[in-house]
Amino acid sequence: MHRLGLAWLLLAMLGSGARADDPFASYRELFGDDNPAELAVAKGQELWAAPRGPQGVSLAACDLGLGPGVVAGAYAALPRYFADAGAVMDLESRLLHCMVTIQGFSRDELAAHAFSERGASQTDLEILVAYVASQSRGAPVDVPQSVREERESYARGRRLFYRRSGPYDFACASCHSLDHRRIRLQELPNLTGEEGARSAFTHWPAYRISQGAVRTMQWRMADCVRQQRLPELVLGSQASVDLITYLGVLARGGAMDAPSLRR
Amino acid sequence: MADPMKIRAVAQADRIEVKILMAHEEESGFRKGADGALVPAHFISNVSVRLGGREVLRAQWGPAIAKNPFLQFAFRGGARGDELTVIWVDNRGDSRTDRIPVA
Repeated sequence: MHRLGLAWLLLAMLGSGARADDPFASYRELFGDDNPAELAVAKGQELWAAPRGPQGVSLAACDLGLGPGVVAGAYAALPRYFADAGAVMDLESRLLHCMVTIQGFSRDELAAHAFSERGASQTDLEILVAYVASQSRGAPVDVPQSVREERESYARGRRLFYRRSGPYDFACASCHSLDHRRIRLQELPNLTGEEGARSAFTHWPAYRISQGAVRTMQWRMADCVRQQRLPELVLGSQASVDLITYLGVLARGGAMDAPSLRR
Repeated sequence: MADPMKIRAVAQADRIEVKILMAHEEESGFRKGADGALVPAHFISNVSVRLGGREVLRAQWGPAIAKNPFLQFAFRGGARGDELTVIWVDNRGDSRTDRIPVA
């Protein structure tokens, strides 16, 4: 009788397997559309249209790849090559570029306070990222590989992903190339597979519950690099953009669902 | 000035379901900042939700409420199109009022 009870319990646990693996799934469900990132999205929409910076202009002239001022769907097709800058840029690099060239902000000052400190309010960059990403919700990931620079970015990103280095001899692949690996309670996505890459790419930026803030893809990359005990990943650097390009190309076809809710 | 709330109020068969997301730092007064000094308490102390002139919810909150509070509740009475008003006041006297029609 005892045995039977145990078997039933095991069966019940298997039945709700996805839930047991991811205790945050039920939390996300409860929150529904009331992700606190929505507060940042609303602020970002105002910030995008507000005349700001030494030039006192809005970001309406900022081209995110689909034409000046076009925000809808832009995030799903980034990083991409921008001829005016002569480089492949992800959203954050491009926003910095626009805030510097159009609004006249100082790049060094923006980069020094790109991500909010613990307990501090969100930075302008984080707020703008939340807004722009929200305007691609539902759009299929379509990171382009149509010009040489974009293909080179992908190839470099792939090489970086598998390159072991640093005091721990770690690569991104050390944690993210196998199924069902976990660190503490968190399942580590296998980013070499379509499913894992899509899940990761389509859910960033995200509101981190443990930090009470919207975190961006550049932040995600930089924090992974930090955990590998590697030198700081510079915001908007070629290495950071290449890693995001690599992930984005693997995630092509997935439906954007950001900003999402993360632990 | 405080940032706007996100409010949803949907009329069901016999009640109105309300979901409110408030933008507030909610400092408990026990957290230390980077400089080692205590961060002063800063939290929403009073919440009032009204439908027209009728108060349908009143709450007194303390410093144990988490950042960006989410409040969900339902009440009887009222109909689609009625105006719902949400007001919060924090311990520094700062306040925010937002209004939406019931959907």
